[in-house]
Amino acid sequence: MNKTILLAHGSGGKLSHELLEKNLLPPFSNPLLDKLDDSAVFEFSGRLAFTTDSYVVNPIFFPGGDIGKLAVCGTVNDLAMSGAKPLYLSVSLVIEEGLLIEKLERIIKSIKAATKKAEIIIITGDTKVVNRGNADKLFINTSGLGIIPPQLDISGANARVSDKIILSGNIGDHGMAVMSQREGLKFSTPIKSDCAPLNKLVSQMLEASSQIHCLRDPTRGGLATTLNELAKQSNVGITIEEEKVPVAEAVRAACELLGFDPLYIANEGKLVAIVDSAHAESVLAKMKQNRYGTNASIIGEVTSDHPGRVIMKTRLGASRIIDMLSGELLPRIC
Amino acid sequence: MKFIDEYRNVELGKKLIARIHQRSTQPARLMEFCGGHTTAILRHGIRQLIPQNIDMLSGPGCPVCVTANADLDKAIASAHLPNTIITTFGDMMKVPGSHSSLQQAKAEGADIHVVYSTQDALQIAQDNPQSSVIFIGIGFETTAPTIAASILEAEQKGIKNFYIFSFLKLCPPVIKAILNLGEVRLNGIIGPGHVSTIIGSHPYEFIPKEYGIGCVISGFEPLDILLCIDKLVEQIEGDQPQVEIAYRRSVKPGGNRRALDLMNEVFEIGEANWRGMGTIPASGLKLKRKYQRFNAEQIFSIDPGPPREPKGCICGEILRGIKMPTECKLFRRICTPEHPVGPCMVSSEGACAAYYQYGVN
Repeated sequence: MNKTILLAHGSGGKLSHELLEKNLLPPFSNPLLDKLDDSAVFEFSGRLAFTTDSYVVNPIFFPGGDIGKLAVCGTVNDLAMSGAKPLYLSVSLVIEEGLLIEKLERIIKSIKAATKKAEIIIITGDTKVVNRGNADKLFINTSGLGIIPPQLDISGANARVSDKIILSGNIGDHGMAVMSQREGLKFSTPIKSDCAPLNKLVSQMLEASSQIHCLRDPTRGGLATTLNELAKQSNVGITIEEEKVPVAEAVRAACELLGFDPLYIANEGKLVAIVDSAHAESVLAKMKQNRYGTNASIIGEVTSDHPGRVIMKTRLGASRIIDMLSGELLPRIC
Repeated sequence: MKFIDEYRNVELGKKLIARIHQRSTQPARLMEFCGGHTTAILRHGIRQLIPQNIDMLSGPGCPVCVTANADLDKAIASAHLPNTIITTFGDMMKVPGSHSSLQQAKAEGADIHVVYSTQDALQIAQDNPQSSVIFIGIGFETTAPTIAASILEAEQKGIKNFYIFSFLKLCPPVIKAILNLGEVRLNGIIGPGHVSTIIGSHPYEFIPKEYGIGCVISGFEPLDILLCIDKLVEQIEGDQPQVEIAYRRSVKPGGNRRALDLMNEVFEIGEANWRGMGTIPASGLKLKRKYQRFNAEQIFSIDPGPPREPKGCICGEILRGIKMPTECKLFRRICTPEHPVGPCMVSSEGACAAYYQYGVN
């Protein structure tokens, strides 16, 4: 018989402890976590970055990753986008009654692998079990703490006219990988999620230049939405060139088929950097050496024209507005 | 990407643009009758690439947009019937009806599923035998054959809980209606690519014969559209209006026989209610007598009350080509994709949504 999560696993009683001691704690053992006090206590000095995010992806397993890997990488990347070196993570699980324990174990393993890759440790956590139907299999919340080197000032408000815009690689992989698994829309595709921790890529970029003005990971809403956020926050215009934006063949094909624009599809292992134009080439060269930046390219620049707006030059020489994502993406009907 | 990249070839595109500029000497007003074309034209910035003396208008070709409020209200009201599952294409969800929207009905507890094809709707009916499953049938000759196929499959499998609203519409009659209205003087028509894949090019012969203007059927890639404009300009400059196909990889003069047979088996031609144009005779598809047991309007008693049009919304005039989206007072200020007042701002194929999304001010 397949063992499943019962309501009692979240009761705080014996089954809860069993789950903790057998499944949840051992993979993450470290001195701060192992104390098992109500809060993790540690010394700290310097500038801190603190972020939180909840993960509700459906399905919980998708090509190239799962909700666990996503929950670690997503929060690590949010820290990295402020230039912070990620240190500590909290992980909170909301499990729907009936989830197979085997599936939970697979996700825990994946969380473990992701924390190892990102060199971050989990120092506190929580587990709740809710009635069937009150959650969808598993929701995860993670919060992250990181430390920012002195003098470093990275913000979406820092873009300056004539800065270059660098994209770290192909867009749309994560969104289309998840989409390909959705009920009613299943299609066979080699597309895998790009879900990855970008903190090392960022630290290598920061070694190459002190003139990185903005960093952001184009997750929900895709590249288009991220560029719009940056243009508005910095009150500058952004112009990109269609032919410079890398999109994998399979993603382009799936997007064509479903009527999506890759510019609006989610990524989980990509970043946009806005960099002083004199430093752009050296940052780009450094990025290309990292496995998560091999396909990086300079896709455009910051302009004084059309502040707050993003314009794309098409291959045929026309230009069009790239607006933020509006509503949910739905395939066309004819 | 095969079958895509060839039709986005930059060099060929530039050659075509140059030829259009060379050929075009007189003012010309072209109308596209397909929402897919409206979106493609704006997305690829085609209007900026062609001579300024060529004016491009959008016609009544977005299936969601042309659905009249009275019909939309019926669909929304049916969502509140007990033990009923509504299945619909996603674009319909946000369209505001007279009093509510499907999205709103769903939030209030109605069971509404977005499906990607009628086959999915049929599957939901099979999986939920205790519920009535209604599919909201909108669209043109493109969607009609698949809806017909689902009816025939339901018939064959003895699925007794599957129903449709047939708000299906026909393209050639509405082209005729626009030309008869005479509100805009047109010099050429960009024929719909997908509709024509089904019906072929013959049904447009009346356009050059009776109205003295050309109709060139186009695909949806930049080169397709540029080639279509080039052919129309050639016709206009040479005063030789005719029906041509600039989308030969998909459209055959006789259309798709199998799809047409499916449509003719299940549907008959009847009047249809169009947003902005009212009732047009012989412009819609209704279920034939022998398939009436699938007709949601017939089976359920639905009374949504009299329809109301949103105040200040000029979707009707935009669908007739007499106003541009940017001429609407609500455009971008009050009416946005997040807070749409009219359907043209909701649908991904709506003219207002395309101008909002891709237009350069």
